[in-house]
Amino acid sequence: MSNTPPKPKPTMIEFRDVHKYYGEYHALRGINGTIRAGEFFSLLGPSGCGKTTLLRTIAGFEGIDSGAVLIDGKDMARVPANLRPTNMVFQSYAIFPHMSVAENVGFGLRRDPRSKAEKARAVEDALEMVGLKGYGARAAHALSGGQRQRVALARALILKPKVLLLDEPLSALDKKMREHMQVELIKLQRQVGITFVLVTHDQEEALVMSDRIAVMFEGEIAQLADPETLYRRPNSKKVADFIGTMNFIPAEVVGETGGQIEVQVKGLGRARLEAEQCPAGRGDAPVVGLRPETLTLLYPGQTTTERTVDGIIDEVIYFGDMTYYDVYLGGTDVEVRLSMRNTPGRPILEVGSKVDVAWSASALVLFR
Amino acid sequence: MARSTSALGRSEARSGLLMISPTALYAVLLLAAPLATVVIYSLATGGRGVITWDFSLANYVEVWTGPVYRAIMLRSLIVALSVTVVTVVIAYPIAYFVSFHVAPSKKSLWLFLITIPFWTSYLIRVFLWKVILGYNGVINSGLLGIGIIDEPLTWINYNVGALVVTLAHAYAPFAILPIFVALEKIDRSLLEAGQDLGESKLRTFWRVTLPLSMGGVIAAVLIVFIPTIGDYVTPDLIGGGKLPMIANMMEVQMLKINNKPLGSAIAVSAMLIVALLSLAFVLVNRRFLGPAR
Repeated sequence: MSNTPPKPKPTMIEFRDVHKYYGEYHALRGINGTIRAGEFFSLLGPSGCGKTTLLRTIAGFEGIDSGAVLIDGKDMARVPANLRPTNMVFQSYAIFPHMSVAENVGFGLRRDPRSKAEKARAVEDALEMVGLKGYGARAAHALSGGQRQRVALARALILKPKVLLLDEPLSALDKKMREHMQVELIKLQRQVGITFVLVTHDQEEALVMSDRIAVMFEGEIAQLADPETLYRRPNSKKVADFIGTMNFIPAEVVGETGGQIEVQVKGLGRARLEAEQCPAGRGDAPVVGLRPETLTLLYPGQTTTERTVDGIIDEVIYFGDMTYYDVYLGGTDVEVRLSMRNTPGRPILEVGSKVDVAWSASALVLFR
Repeated sequence: MARSTSALGRSEARSGLLMISPTALYAVLLLAAPLATVVIYSLATGGRGVITWDFSLANYVEVWTGPVYRAIMLRSLIVALSVTVVTVVIAYPIAYFVSFHVAPSKKSLWLFLITIPFWTSYLIRVFLWKVILGYNGVINSGLLGIGIIDEPLTWINYNVGALVVTLAHAYAPFAILPIFVALEKIDRSLLEAGQDLGESKLRTFWRVTLPLSMGGVIAAVLIVFIPTIGDYVTPDLIGGGKLPMIANMMEVQMLKINNKPLGSAIAVSAMLIVALLSLAFVLVNRRFLGPAR
């Protein structure tokens, strides 16, 4: 959860027009952007979008062909991976199988000037922080997936890096464990105050955990924003489609007056949109997007101050806490999906029922 | 219930025994029986084809105290250990190179090329080394021809060094393969993790790659050490009969002098040395494999 208002924090990582090629393949196509100190930052995108490559350029495992990566103001061009102020939690966790848990966690302390006893205490503290107190003597290969991940975290955090890099750390865990670890990671990040950079393809995970998210497609950052902006005001149809569920309805721009844009939306009718609802045009055929939860199904006798449109239920999808309805709008072929919370006394409607759907213009986003 | 399972267990055990019996029989006939024969022979007294069944340890006393036998056993040990060290030290970088620096699509080609020496008979390879290293061999005549030396080098032929060179060349592929397999199994992200945690590439090699490949190194050591200590052909051909090793001494006792009991005692002693050294080596290297195993 990231509801803290964005205070201006100093920059920790800066990308300046970063390009990376694998032979002919253009993997990173001019990445620009900053990650702030103490922030939980996510790189989100489908597989092959370059998010892991970008993370590895921060760690120093991948060189870049042009541009610059700066960490804490220093250009990392000539700094090898072992001298960078970053540590990584690998997707496979990369726990050393020939070492005990304590030896794994203490791996990076070899040149630490502290005494053996002090280092042992630091290892024990790190293990306690990730909830593995007393596991030090265990063989690393005898751990479960979740425990391995905790060891990987302790091993990285014990070195007090400026940046912790996490490469899809939760993808190998089952759903329950994953949700549990998401919350734990958020808490841990607040506790240690280190900048976390997470790579994930799971938009829900990114929304839950991050202060800010960079959505990447095909080697470019499509949008860099906080989760709420990303969800409510995606800047392109592609981002809107990738984050959550979005209905897209064909529309026509009929006029622009004083920063407002008037659109004719198929099945819904005319609507006046504020400028912030209309991201910069890309020359595509205009469509409006609206989220399922911004539409409301009106039960018989129910009234609303919102505008309404009639429709026919085409499909009912029951989720336990929610029901999704696919509804044809106003006798057109425009179908939208809307979600209703299953509160007590609210019946699940049947396919073919005639219903009224309430909507409001402020929930629309125009892509064109 | 318990009764029926145990009855079932018995019948399963019976059919299991039945199934392995051809193999077991084979092993008994071809391994255990000859071994027992040799051990029994070693306890008898003999000479010039006559064997007295008096069951004493006299042969062992002679083998372990006689200066000639001790010298030959020591030479066998030195040769085998040197060959092992040289072979593994040469094989490791080759295996490392193929595993880490050869493109995945080219690896099988490289392994295939490494096995090329096996295409010719071992005997022919030994003879070739004799031709190369001999008194009038390629190296000596070459060096004489271009005037670097005035008379043929003697330290490259008929000595332990020549034995080591020949044997190391013969066994190198056997050492490369297990080390290669061990290196292939190492998760490459472990090496990145080593660097990520602040260690240089060299340090990461020492702390991660080498310990994780020790299994392959141990296999390579045993595969090279065990056959070389009992090698018979190479000392005979390269050493020109002047550098006998254990196997050559056995041949002399068994066939030429016809003292089967003493020959058997040498054989059993050699086996004990190999067994003890191999065991010691495996135990010492347990340390490398760490607490994880």
